[in-house]
Amino acid sequence: MDFLRPLTWADALAAQAAQPGATPVQGGTDVMVEINFDARRPEALLDLNPVRELAEHETLPDGTLRVGAGVPYVRLISELGDRLPGLAQASRTVGSPQIRNRGTAGGNLGAASPAGDCHPPLLASDAIVEVESSARGTRLIPVAEFFTGVKRNALEPDELIRAIRVAPASGPQYFAKIGTRNAMVIAVCSFAIALHPAERRVGTGIGSAAPTPRRATAAEEFLSGELDWDGRGPLSISAARRFGDLVREAAAPIDDVRGTADYRRHALSVLARRTLTWAWNDYRADREEAS
Amino acid sequence: MRVNVTVNGAKKTVDDVWEGESLLYVLRERMGLPGSKNACEQGECGSCTVYLDGVPVCACLVAAGQAEGREVRTVEGLAPDPDREELDPVQQAFLEAGAVQCGFCTPGLVVQSHDLLERVPEPSDAEIREALAGNLCRCTGYEKILDAVRLAARRKAEAKQ
Repeated sequence: MDFLRPLTWADALAAQAAQPGATPVQGGTDVMVEINFDARRPEALLDLNPVRELAEHETLPDGTLRVGAGVPYVRLISELGDRLPGLAQASRTVGSPQIRNRGTAGGNLGAASPAGDCHPPLLASDAIVEVESSARGTRLIPVAEFFTGVKRNALEPDELIRAIRVAPASGPQYFAKIGTRNAMVIAVCSFAIALHPAERRVGTGIGSAAPTPRRATAAEEFLSGELDWDGRGPLSISAARRFGDLVREAAAPIDDVRGTADYRRHALSVLARRTLTWAWNDYRADREEAS
Repeated sequence: MRVNVTVNGAKKTVDDVWEGESLLYVLRERMGLPGSKNACEQGECGSCTVYLDGVPVCACLVAAGQAEGREVRTVEGLAPDPDREELDPVQQAFLEAGAVQCGFCTPGLVVQSHDLLERVPEPSDAEIREALAGNLCRCTGYEKILDAVRLAARRKAEAKQ
């Protein structure tokens, strides 16, 4: 095994191109588990910790946030929680403080687990994954197209994840996750919702209930047309229930050690109704504060 | 490969490190620092918690090469002067509160609690629970562990006055 330790982003891209079988490592919270258990023996580890720009975030001229792939969960919570509340809530459910100090959203995307906690909120906010190779430059991949299978993503062997591009929240966002305790839990299933009031649109993300994280498109379309965006009237029980049903129908879960497919479908419909209720109540309260 | 790392204030160089080796293995097996415990090797138990550049991490999930040029502080490096019998207030509180049963989880809990009190000098119970959520005690002595953290917080506050 080789251990590659580029000090700059350009060197990291060159190293990955020269050794496409190298496994990039940030916090190591997934990669090192596989190595410790001898589940995988990559031909090389590419340590991205020294690449400083990966650990930074910035606001682009159009207002979009560009969050470096190496920003750990703890900083997504403390530094970006006000602008990316859904992602921050999801980050807070990851592992333990020690894991959140090391793990990154970029690593979550690289691992592309169907249960990755970052994925649902990124789907709900239409995030874009910025990837780069030394040969072909930058590629911007909508996160909904990034996941291609169980633990598979759209990265080419010579590409690395540079950043996540996502608009700051323009409305309420929520993330909820089912697990056996409040920490150290891989999601049984999870759900994220984001209201985009300016576009009168709802975003969703389903986690751990299909081969890949996915949006509940029919549920989004139904709810976007159903909500009283201008009057901010109360949410009807029938609309919330229908939303939950459509989210459930969008899932394709399996039975496994963490839960059954039936339980996941049911729990998703509950999480969908619940997070919608929280989000819509916030949206309504926002008007009351403004008036 | 060779790894250069500062551990508890001393610059160390270790050779013949396997590229997939963890920082925990290097600390325990190559540097003779067995304080950090090896249990789950997957970040679940917190027994190997050490400071890496001042941030608590699971040493089992840090590749040894990732520690190159960085500073590690282990449970062995918490006491103010290793030559005297003086302990860090968190260690002393764990002893006095009876927060140690088999002792295997203790080093990780001590380091994690130490970090909590550095950041949040007067933590609420909810804050203590969240901070220690990734440190498992199979003896299930959690009540005494919470007592110890509260005691250490009081001691440190008194010492500042």
